[in-house]
Amino acid sequence: MNLFRNVVFIAAIAGLVAGVVLACMQAFATDPLIYQAEVFEKAGGHQHDHAAAPAASTTNAMSSAAPAPAEAAAPMEDEGWAPADGFERFAFSVLANIVTGIGFALILVAVSEFAGGIGGWRQGVFWGLAGFAVFTLAPGLGLPPELPAMPAADLMQRQTWWWATVAATAAGLGLIAFRKSLPMTILGVLLIVAPHIVGAPQPESFETPIPEGLHHQFVVAVTLTNLVFWLVLGAVVGVVRSRFTGTATSLRDSFA
Amino acid sequence: MNTASVSLGASVSSQSRFMQLVLTAFLGLFVVGVVGFSHIEVVHNAAHDYRHSMAFPCH
Repeated sequence: MNLFRNVVFIAAIAGLVAGVVLACMQAFATDPLIYQAEVFEKAGGHQHDHAAAPAASTTNAMSSAAPAPAEAAAPMEDEGWAPADGFERFAFSVLANIVTGIGFALILVAVSEFAGGIGGWRQGVFWGLAGFAVFTLAPGLGLPPELPAMPAADLMQRQTWWWATVAATAAGLGLIAFRKSLPMTILGVLLIVAPHIVGAPQPESFETPIPEGLHHQFVVAVTLTNLVFWLVLGAVVGVVRSRFTGTATSLRDSFA
Repeated sequence: MNTASVSLGASVSSQSRFMQLVLTAFLGLFVVGVVGFSHIEVVHNAAHDYRHSMAFPCH
């Protein structure tokens, strides 16, 4: 399991760095917009469905109307434990960023090893672009980033569409990049387009208390922060991996 | 750029290499899946801002 160990080692470093970078960007770019949306969410009715019956969410809105100041302290009323606003909430976000950063890095390193590995920061940037296209751009076309209190279709259906789109886009890009033949390229393009012809699950109504401008700002912020995250992730994988293999060429067998 | 051709764990047999890489990729998918997609409320609430900021389907 030495290869496994090496991949995990590289992914852990890259995921940590890119996760911290993403968390810092989120603190300035996306989190303030989420907090603003939560103000509208509390003022304009509660639309967190959370698999709860519609009746439950309306009573929720009614009951939250009276003791608003008390509930403003808890980000997610009646929905079990949630980190307290401020440092605790931010700390959990940072943790989620680092953990999933390592998760994305594991996927990126494993897949790129099949194609010979990421040889340096520049190759890493291109792999990062591919990761951005697969995990942010493609699913984001059908399911744009949402703020709290925005209407959305059934969660399970959206998650299924999200993963299917990620898989199809990854397969499509892989065919285009590595098969180098016209029929395979056409098949790749078809795979990338297909999920959007099927279409993402849409909500029944698009009515929302969130202003259009705020949502647009959020879409831009999410897309750009994710772009930088993927570029940093790819580049750091390239740097760490070439250091690793570079210093280890003579030691390679002891590592491998 | 000759490091590009140096692969991690080159002396591992190709079948074992394949299995280890597949295992790693699935580990990554599992981690992202739990933090970003789990329906468990506590997990959702803890990573709430992160899920929104990553455009993961949420709520």
